[in-house]
Amino acid sequence: MPQSAEKVLDHSLLFREPEYKEMFAKKRADMENMPATEKVQETADWTKSWEYREKNFARESLSINPAKACQPLGAVFAAAGFEKTLSFVHGSQGCVAYYRSHLSRHFKEPCSAVSSSMTEDAAVFGGLNNMVEGLKNAYALYSPKMIAVSTTCMAEVIGDDLQSFIIGAKDKESVPQDFPVPYAHTPAFVGSHTTGYDNMLRGILEGFWANAEVTKNETINIVPGFDGFAVGNNRELKRILDLMGVEYTILSDVSDQFDTPSDGEFRMYDGGTTLEAAKNAVNAKATISLQQYCSTKTLQYAKSFDQETASFHYPMGVAATDEFLMKVSEITGKEIPEELRMERGRLVDAMADSQATLHGKTYAIYGDPDFVYAMARFVLEFGGEPRHCLATNGTKPWAKKMQALFDSSPFGAECKAYPGNDLWHMRSLLATEPTDFLIGNSHGKFLERDTGVPLIRLTFPIFDRHHHHRFPVWGYQGGLRVLVTLLDKAFDALDAAGLEPGGDISFDLTR
Amino acid sequence: MSSLRQIAFYGKGGIGKSTTSQNTLAALVEMGQKILIVGCDPKADSTRLILNTKMQDTVLSLAAEAGSVEDLELEDVLKLGYKGIKCTESGGPEPGVGCAGRGVITAINFLEENGAYDDVDYVSYDVLGDVVCGGFAMPIRENKAQEIYIVMSGEMMALYAANNIAKGILKYAHSGGVRLGGLICNERQTDQELELSEALAEKLNTKLIHFVPRDNIVQHAELRRQTVIQYAPDSNQAKEYRTLAEKIHANSGQGTIPTPVSMDELEQMLLDFGIMKTEEQALAELQAKEAAKAAEAAA
Repeated sequence: MPQSAEKVLDHSLLFREPEYKEMFAKKRADMENMPATEKVQETADWTKSWEYREKNFARESLSINPAKACQPLGAVFAAAGFEKTLSFVHGSQGCVAYYRSHLSRHFKEPCSAVSSSMTEDAAVFGGLNNMVEGLKNAYALYSPKMIAVSTTCMAEVIGDDLQSFIIGAKDKESVPQDFPVPYAHTPAFVGSHTTGYDNMLRGILEGFWANAEVTKNETINIVPGFDGFAVGNNRELKRILDLMGVEYTILSDVSDQFDTPSDGEFRMYDGGTTLEAAKNAVNAKATISLQQYCSTKTLQYAKSFDQETASFHYPMGVAATDEFLMKVSEITGKEIPEELRMERGRLVDAMADSQATLHGKTYAIYGDPDFVYAMARFVLEFGGEPRHCLATNGTKPWAKKMQALFDSSPFGAECKAYPGNDLWHMRSLLATEPTDFLIGNSHGKFLERDTGVPLIRLTFPIFDRHHHHRFPVWGYQGGLRVLVTLLDKAFDALDAAGLEPGGDISFDLTR
Repeated sequence: MSSLRQIAFYGKGGIGKSTTSQNTLAALVEMGQKILIVGCDPKADSTRLILNTKMQDTVLSLAAEAGSVEDLELEDVLKLGYKGIKCTESGGPEPGVGCAGRGVITAINFLEENGAYDDVDYVSYDVLGDVVCGGFAMPIRENKAQEIYIVMSGEMMALYAANNIAKGILKYAHSGGVRLGGLICNERQTDQELELSEALAEKLNTKLIHFVPRDNIVQHAELRRQTVIQYAPDSNQAKEYRTLAEKIHANSGQGTIPTPVSMDELEQMLLDFGIMKTEEQALAELQAKEAAKAAEAAA
């Protein structure tokens, strides 16, 4: 055997050993029944043609690699940002394993959530017993301070009513009567993880705010939204707001939960918005969302308590950060300090320094609607062209907003937004109208391999690169990091081009 | 919005639920109430008499066409009928496939989120058959219908169904605000129908809100796709529906938590009223009949 314990070969080397090569060849010859290599190549080339692109965009009844996840994932994420809160997903078990592994693979941290493990009998008789037993066990085993209930498709299809189930479970003493068990119906076949985030956050606030007596104060609430960079971003957000001297409550702060230190103690729960703070947040004068498409229902609810509301699209880059800071300043009456003004100046300076490299570069961008908007806006700021902007969970109104953004800049002339499309559509776009770079998440690596367009990982989920989420992309400092990430890829591409056969003409040390 | 009154009509299939509810609502709209009808039946016939035509654009049929319910606009599915009554139908799958219950949940969520409930005084749900699954219980969940009206008659199966629906309401009454508003008897001219209905109402801890007499004019109106209120506004039957509407209007907040009875109790009641016969009775009757036949043959 070519593999040995003394010298372990990675699969990329191992599969090149003669034994494996022979085995693969035999499998191909005896079992795969592949058409001739030329035929395969011909078909592969055809799938990159304009003709195929038109057929691909006419596709109606099939999604291939949609760039979105399902509601309960967002619900589990939102709940994780509250103090000692355990997510309880009512429905079948495998779904919950998915949310946990998805978040763990991205944040490289354990993610705890429990399931009510409904089976065939529960599907027939309803899941009340699972709720009663499940809440009891979760409460006894994991000593949470709050249990946030969401649902999988199974519970939704049979129409289980969480509100009455939770009251029923409390009556049977699964948990104490005054123990907070907020809930949200999160059918995975409606909307996406951003919808689920919104539903769960609103559910949690309803649990604390319903029938509350409001005494207005000067604090503001900040809703960060579903964000793979939450660890770095929320910390940066807090730094900025502290610098401004603003009193604030972040509603769902996962930055500590998804970044626990290794100091010998396992923390099943860490940090998060305290329940006290969540309760008091009803008294805030305003609620500001950093991601509009993650928070429509939550903001509506905040509005019903006479709070001023404002929403942004992922404050990344110069103008987007400006807008956010000015709004905070306007609402709270606090000045934007000199220190932030300097940071802004440094970001603008860095953009100017690298102008020659980034000017006129073209990009394809995909991800959640708020992220895609922010990324396209930043790209336009330094003279790039965000040619293809795709959001599977984007709507037609979102596409209109994107078009307005393109129209606001001369670099937007050839750009287009694609709401509701998937990554197989993106493949056709990249094959027929290639861009210099692709901005997305780990799922884009196969597009990169297929089309040769270099991938820049800047949004959730990032499974195959580590620790990016620890560094912010929001604010002026975050803008610097995004800029450097884009520049690194641009220079790598430039250097690689100089190495192509016959290209031994480039010996530039300085770029 | 606190003044929004939400009611629901339940009852066995074919009992005349949709006819009764539409006639009642037509009378309510005459009383100056702004009404929204939410038809929760895949057959989509809860608004036919109000619209004077069968609703074609149900929430789910249009959602299926558009690919997703998120692509729908409220105006696509909300039609104005008799005297401005707002009409919507959930629609649903063909018999034998899919999940009609989930359809009801989807449709109601869509209507609520898109503002169909704004600017109305009444929301009325018309729900198919028994409370057969979680989806068909959607209208009796918290923050939905406050009162349920069960349409029934003196027939045995209608009484069974009424009792079953009461069980469904009871399940939700403890955790939410739903109450049983009362029974509406749609006369079938069975024996002692009024007395039986009143007796059942008493057993279920509710009242017989109204006894709607049978009148062919209802069928005449229905053939013309109209309510009696519209077809023959001065008829006696129209007056009956107006009375029912007034009673329901005055019944706000007076619903009760039902006390459904066991199968044995229900059967005993039917026996007491002579609707159902014990085995001995049935046997004795059969013997008497055969004896009469034999006597006839001998003569």
